[in-house]
Amino acid sequence: MIGFRVNPARTFVALALGGPVLAGLALTLAPAFGYLPAIGGGRFNLAPWRELLAEPGFAATLRLTLVVGFAATLLSLGLAFGLLAASGARAKGRGFAFLLAPLLATPHAAMAIGLAFLIAPSGWIFRLSSPWATGFLAPPDFATVNDAAGLALILGLVLKETPFLLIVAIGALETIGADDHFRVARSLGEPRIAAWLKVVAPQLYTRMRLPIYATLAYSLSTVDMGIVLGPSHPLSLSLLSLRWFAAPDLDKIFPGAAAATLQLVVAVAAVGCWRGGEALVSTFGVSALQRGRRGGAVNALGAVLAGLGGVALALGLAALAALAVWSFAWRWTFPNAWPETWTSDNWRRGAIALTTPLGDTLLLAAASASAALVVAVAWLESDDRRGRPPPSRWIYLPLLLPQISFLFGAQSLLAWTRLDGSLTAVAWAHTLFVFPYTMLSLERSWRALDPRYARAAASLGASKGRILFRVKLPIQFRALAIALAIGVSVSFAQYLSTLFAGGGRVTTLTTEAIARASGGDRRFVAVAAFLQAAIPVLVYLWALLAPMGPRPAQR
Amino acid sequence: MKLWICALSLSLAASGAAGGARADAAWDTVLAKARGQTVYWNAWGGDERTNNFIAWAGDEMSKRYGVVVKQVKLADTGEAVARVLAEKSAGRNSDGTVDMIWINGPNFLSMKEKGLLFGPFADKLPNFAYVDTANKPSNVIDFTIPVEGMESPWRLAQFVLIENSAGVATSPRTLHDLAAWIHAHPGRFTHPDAKDFMGATFLKQALIDLAPNRERLAKPATDADFAAETAPLWAWYDSVRASFWRKGEQFPADGPTLMRLLNDGEVDFALSFDPAEAAAGVEAGRLPATVRVHTLDGGSLGNTSFVAIPYNSPHREGAMALANFLLDPATQAHAQDVRILGSYTVLDPAKLSPEQRKAFIDLPSNPALPTSADLGAVLLEPHPSWMTALAQEWRRRYAH
Repeated sequence: MIGFRVNPARTFVALALGGPVLAGLALTLAPAFGYLPAIGGGRFNLAPWRELLAEPGFAATLRLTLVVGFAATLLSLGLAFGLLAASGARAKGRGFAFLLAPLLATPHAAMAIGLAFLIAPSGWIFRLSSPWATGFLAPPDFATVNDAAGLALILGLVLKETPFLLIVAIGALETIGADDHFRVARSLGEPRIAAWLKVVAPQLYTRMRLPIYATLAYSLSTVDMGIVLGPSHPLSLSLLSLRWFAAPDLDKIFPGAAAATLQLVVAVAAVGCWRGGEALVSTFGVSALQRGRRGGAVNALGAVLAGLGGVALALGLAALAALAVWSFAWRWTFPNAWPETWTSDNWRRGAIALTTPLGDTLLLAAASASAALVVAVAWLESDDRRGRPPPSRWIYLPLLLPQISFLFGAQSLLAWTRLDGSLTAVAWAHTLFVFPYTMLSLERSWRALDPRYARAAASLGASKGRILFRVKLPIQFRALAIALAIGVSVSFAQYLSTLFAGGGRVTTLTTEAIARASGGDRRFVAVAAFLQAAIPVLVYLWALLAPMGPRPAQR
Repeated sequence: MKLWICALSLSLAASGAAGGARADAAWDTVLAKARGQTVYWNAWGGDERTNNFIAWAGDEMSKRYGVVVKQVKLADTGEAVARVLAEKSAGRNSDGTVDMIWINGPNFLSMKEKGLLFGPFADKLPNFAYVDTANKPSNVIDFTIPVEGMESPWRLAQFVLIENSAGVATSPRTLHDLAAWIHAHPGRFTHPDAKDFMGATFLKQALIDLAPNRERLAKPATDADFAAETAPLWAWYDSVRASFWRKGEQFPADGPTLMRLLNDGEVDFALSFDPAEAAAGVEAGRLPATVRVHTLDGGSLGNTSFVAIPYNSPHREGAMALANFLLDPATQAHAQDVRILGSYTVLDPAKLSPEQRKAFIDLPSNPALPTSADLGAVLLEPHPSWMTALAQEWRRRYAH
C-alpha cells in the first residue's frame, strides 16, 4: 500500500470534495460573463457586470459587506484575546470549555434568531425594561435589528465567532508554551493583561491565521445570519446574489453570478488586506514594544475588551434562553416581561410539522460527520505511514471560499448528474464543509500523539491496522468524539448548501427556521431554532465528557 | 413514457369534442398512471394554514388515489421557476424535480413565455366544469395574461387591510383618510418591501386608486404610460412616507413579517390577500383579539391562485389528479371553511348540484370574518409588467 503512489484518502478528497468545488466555481464564473446557453446566454460578455454595477445601492451593498466582515472579525478577535488575557490560566480549565460549549455548538441561524428575540424593539430586553425604565408602552420605533448599518448583524457574528476564536486560541496556546515569556514580561513590571497581549498574543496569532481568515471570509459572506439580522436595504453582497439567483426573471441569474463572483474577489482581497494589516501592526507593534513603555493603556484596552467579551458570551447564552422561553409561550404581549399564558402546544404542533426536517437533519448530520471522520482518520493515518509530510493547506479551502461563489455552479453540476434534490447530494454538500472542520479539530491532537506508542506496538509484532484500531484510535477517543461533535454541529448549521444541493426538496431544521425567521409564528420558530441548537449542544457536551480513552498499556 | 404522454394529450384533446365516455376513459388512464407517484408541490410556505391545508390534501390524495403529495415550502415562488430553468439548462427535460407550483402573475408569465410549462391541461380536468369562468374573470385571465389551460385555479385572493382597533378609532376608507391617519400617528403604519408580492400589491392598489387612466394598466407598461400613470401615486406616497414606521427608511420583508409587527404592537395596520387571515390569527394566539378587517372604498385588488405543472415533471398525472382534487366542490367547501383556510371558492355555485351547494351554505360564519358586502368590489390585476416596473421604480426611489 505504501509503495503505491496513489493515496486513497487524498484521491478521494481531491475528487469528491475538491473537484466539485472547482467545477462549481467555473460554472458560476461562466454565467457571470454572460455564458449560460439554456437561457440564451450563448456568448461571453460583460453585461452581467454592468447590471451589477448599475444596481441601485450597489455602493452601499459593497460598503455594508466590507464593514460587517472586517468589524465582526476584528471585534471577535479582540474580545477573544481580551478574555484570554484577563482570564489567564482559568481559560484552560474544563469549566470554561463547558461554558463555551453551547455557544460553539449552536448553529449561526439559531443564534441569530435568539438574538433577534432578545434585541428587537419588541424583544426581551425591552420587555424586561419597559415601561418602568424606558417609559415605552409600545415597542420603540427604531431599528435594533435589520438596521441599515448592519450593527445587529455584526453583533450576531461576534456572538458566534468570539467563542470559536477563543476555543481555537486555547488549543493553540498549548502548542506555543509562552508561559516563560509571560513570566519574564510580568517580572519586568508589565500589568498582567498588557503582558499577555504584548508577549503571548503575537505568538498565538501566528498559529491562528487560518481560523481568523475563515472567520473573515464567513463574516463577509454570511447568508443565514444576514437574512435574520441584516438590513434589507442595502442587502449584503451574498444576499443580493441569492435574491437574483432566486428571482422569477431568469435573466437575473447573470448578475447573480456576477455578484457571487465578486463575493469571491472581495473575500480574497479582504484576506490580502488583512495580511497587509498584519505587516503594519507588526512593524508598529515591534517599535512600540522596543520603546518599552509599560502598558497602562494597553492594559485598560485589554480590560475593556475582556469586559465586552464577557457581555458577548452572556448575550449569547441569553439568546438561547429567549428561544426556550418563546417556545413555551402562548400569548406574550409587549411590554410584559414574561408570557401571559404558557403552553406546551407549540412543541406539540412543532413535533408534527418538524418530523421530516428533524429526521433528515439527524440523518445528514450522522452521515456527513461520520464520513468526514472516517476520511480524516484515513488521511492522517496514511500521513503517519508516509512519515508525516507537512499538513496540506488546500483542504481548508472551503472554509475560505464564500459558499455563494460556487454553490450555484455546484447545483448545475448536480442537476446534470441527476443528483440534485436527493439526500445524498445534500449529505455530500455538508461533508464538503464538515470535513475541513473535522480535520482542523483532529489534526493537532493526532499529530501530538507520541509516536513511541506505535513503535512499541510494532516492535511487539502488531500490524499497522492493529496499531490503528487497538492503539491510536482508543487513545484518541475523546479527540475523535469532539471532531464528530463539531462535524454534527457544522452539518446542523448548513443553510445555503442545503438550499442549493437539496433543490428545496430537502428541508432541515435550519432551512425551516430561516424560512420562517422573519414572518413566521415566533413560537414555532423558537421550537425549530431551539431544537436546532439543543441537539448539537448535547452531542458536544457528550464529547467533552467522553473518557480520554484507555491507555493501551491497560490491554 | 414520452410517447404515452403524446397519446394521452391527443386522446384528451379528442375527448373534448367527443364528450363523456371517452373523457372518462382518458381520465381513468390519468388516475391509473398517477397511482404510486410522488408529487412535489412547490408552494410558498409562509402561511401555516395553507401548509396545513396542503398536508390535508396530501392525506386525501394518498387515501383516494394513491398519490403522495410533498410540499416544497418556498420563501419566494421565483425559487421554483429558477429551479425548472436550471434543469432545462442542464438538459433535464423529462425528469425534473418540480411537479407542481402554486403560481400566478409574473411567475406564470415568465414560465409561459419561456416554454417551461406542461399543458394545456386545466380544461381537461373533470372538475374544471364547475369553475366560474364568467363572473370570476381572474380564473381565466391571470394578471391580464390569458391562462389558456396552462394553469388551474384553486383559490381566490382579495387584498384587505387589517387594523388593530385598539389603536385605530375609525377605519380609513380612502387613501386620503389613510394619509390623514398616518400623519396623525407617525411610525404606526408601513407596508412590506416592494420586492415582496404583498408590498408590490399595496403599491398596485394605490396605483389603481390614483391612476388618471386606469384602463391603461391592462396593457404592458411603456415608459411614457408608466410615468404618467404613476405620477399621482408617487406624489401621494411622498406625502406620507416620512410618517411611516422607521420613517419610511426600512420596510418589513414580507406580509407575515408585517403581521408579526402588528402582533408585537409595533404598528397598527397589516395587509393581507386573505380576508380570513385575521380571524384565524386571533384564534391561534398570533394576533390580538382587537384586530378588524376592511377594504378601501371603490374596491380592492383580487386575483386567483393557480397551480401549474412544469414541462419536465415526471409526475404530471399525479399533479393533474391533485389539481382536479383541488377543484372538487367538497375540497373547495373545505377550503372556504374559516377554520381551515377561509379562502373563497373559484367555482360557480350555479354549476353545482343542490347537495354540493349545501356544503358551502352550511359553513360556519364568524364575526371577525368580513362578508362579501364588507369586501366590496373586486378590481382586476394590472398587466404583470406594471408590478415589476412599480417594484423597480420604488426601489430606485426609496431603497438605498
